Amino acid sequence: MCPEDAITLHRMPSAMSAHPVWTENARRDVFTQSRTGAILLASTGNELYERVIFDNLLLDACQVTNPAIDPLREPIELRTYIGRKPRSLEFETIGDSIKLKTELSPALKLDIPIMIAQMSYGAISLEAHEALARAAVMRGTTMGSGEGGLHKNLYPYADHIIVQVASGRFGVHPAYLEAGAGVEIKIGQGAKPGIGGHLPGTKITEEISEARMIPVGADAISPAPHHDIYSIEDLAQLVNALKEATRYKKPVFVKIAAVHNVAAISSGVCRAGADAIVIDGFRAGTGATPKVIRDNVGIPIELAIASVDQRLREEGIRNETSLIASGTIRNSGDVAKAIALGADAVKIGTAALIALGCTVCKKCYTGKCAWGIATQDPRLRVRLDPAEGAQRVSNLLLAWSIELKEILGAAGINAIESLRGNRERLRGYGLDHTTLEILGVQHAGS
Amino acid sequence: MRIVANYKHYKELNEQIVQAVENGVATLTIDDVNGQRFIADCLRGKLKIDLHGTPGNDLGMFMDGPTVTVFGNAQDGVGNTMSSGKIIIHGDGRDILGHSMRGGKIFVRGNVGYRVGIHMKSYKSNIPIIVAGGRAGDFLGEYMAGGIIIVLGINNASKGTEILGDWVATGQHGGAIYVRGEVDDSKLGKGASQFPMTADDEITAKKVLAEYCNVFGLDLDRVFETEFTKIAPVSHRPYAALYTCE
Repeated sequence: MCPEDAITLHRMPSAMSAHPVWTENARRDVFTQSRTGAILLASTGNELYERVIFDNLLLDACQVTNPAIDPLREPIELRTYIGRKPRSLEFETIGDSIKLKTELSPALKLDIPIMIAQMSYGAISLEAHEALARAAVMRGTTMGSGEGGLHKNLYPYADHIIVQVASGRFGVHPAYLEAGAGVEIKIGQGAKPGIGGHLPGTKITEEISEARMIPVGADAISPAPHHDIYSIEDLAQLVNALKEATRYKKPVFVKIAAVHNVAAISSGVCRAGADAIVIDGFRAGTGATPKVIRDNVGIPIELAIASVDQRLREEGIRNETSLIASGTIRNSGDVAKAIALGADAVKIGTAALIALGCTVCKKCYTGKCAWGIATQDPRLRVRLDPAEGAQRVSNLLLAWSIELKEILGAAGINAIESLRGNRERLRGYGLDHTTLEILGVQHAGS
Repeated sequence: MRIVANYKHYKELNEQIVQAVENGVATLTIDDVNGQRFIADCLRGKLKIDLHGTPGNDLGMFMDGPTVTVFGNAQDGVGNTMSSGKIIIHGDGRDILGHSMRGGKIFVRGNVGYRVGIHMKSYKSNIPIIVAGGRAGDFLGEYMAGGIIIVLGINNASKGTEILGDWVATGQHGGAIYVRGEVDDSKLGKGASQFPMTADDEITAKKVLAEYCNVFGLDLDRVFETEFTKIAPVSHRPYAALYTCE
């Protein structure tokens, strides 16, 4: 307000008139589609639902009866092992020494329960890929190759990279499979459950062509399904083929989107032999997806992870696989809540890109990312320094790790292991009865 | 070296094969192959493996170099996501043979099943090749992005039946399919079309088929007595107009 009343504000006469249902965005979308007759593309995550269940979950802390732990004085363990855990352990005694008899499955040893999500070289620049890989090495965790193969510059970091095998099978060859810390089969992703992906030929540069092993300028089409997977049995076959290929030395992950029947599907995926299941919620980000799919398909990660954890426990197979939650993990509070709901670890995508400079302008699909992240344009790519980017992502992971220790210490817990599926340490606030029931969480005050 | 597969679990058999290869064995014969999966999975180098019997699914998956010969029929997924090498099948092959194959050759004397050569792709000198002596089932070369598929229809068993199934090369955006004889347009999926054989196509097909005929003891000239039809993509970017943005 102008104290002298010298300035008055008028709505611009040429602006669209306001309407509560026919929002400006809704009208703009109709304009675009009536002009082109084509599928509307969008980037980042779901914009339709503002409510995030994490924001209605509260963490517990100790007062008097069970003392809090001071993380500055006492060790708090964030070490996380991803992979199949044995149902029981058998030992044998040879003379004075005790030897483990049970054969252990290959597991990933992570220093923190936060991994960097699968983002392909092609969707993001080589500089961004390298920054994320280096950050993973710095913080003792992993990043995902995405489905676009691995540029030769990334191979030195491959023991901190989960290599992905998606329906397009781009850049999948023996050296790629053998290089990774683990292999991830991508069935679906939260931003586009059930549909494939088309990286337009205009983005297939010489270097991307080499990593994906396809000609320059041709579309890189990832079909909606894997054509060798039409059932859980077929999935088991690919899981086993990858285990055979890597001689049973690496965990095999399966990534699925959180859809309506996610608990039953996860049970099948677990029984198919997946050492870890990545569940990607409906708010998960992406470089490009049909807007209608992004905004309308899938379910929230909070409900998905809780129901999957519950289902696998009921079936007595929770130890057979690790659960990894992804799709809008925005801060260490979200990490703690996802783990308390049943996840072994989380994956972050958008948060890591924001650390690199992303401002969530939502224009990834144009390939003109001003921060040199979601682009292949050499003039834009030079703006991103991989070393500086790696340091920033590493800083973020470090900050969250320290905060996680604070959260754990406050709750009187000295290892992240003890928070897993510990829903007793969560309370809902302003959540309805059904939501609370699915989450397995009581309302605050109860 | 000889191994008898018989009732061995695939894990045991494949471990034996890997051990043999690590010990420097370059020629391997496996008898009584009985549906064991993932044989030669991810194997590399200039090995020669002969299989007597019926190998199970995903024979030669991710394989990069070896030559595998099957004296019998093979099951689903032969050469799945294979990088290089050669697979020769004296009987029939089944579904998704050569799925996402990126190099090497698969020669089948008999028929092949559904969804063969789906999403095959080529990169520079890595050009995957599939030749089926008999007929091919539905969805041949769907989403094909590169490489060569040849269907000959020369098996006695396929007389009177059609050489190709339906929905051939839907979404094709690279590579070529050569079919011996005429192809009805109704067989083709969206994105693929018939083209006249060019001189280059003739040279390519002859080169591949000379090797194929040599392997199976067929007469190359007789194979070429019937004219070939070429199926190729209409566009390398079939879905370019599918999307829009603000």
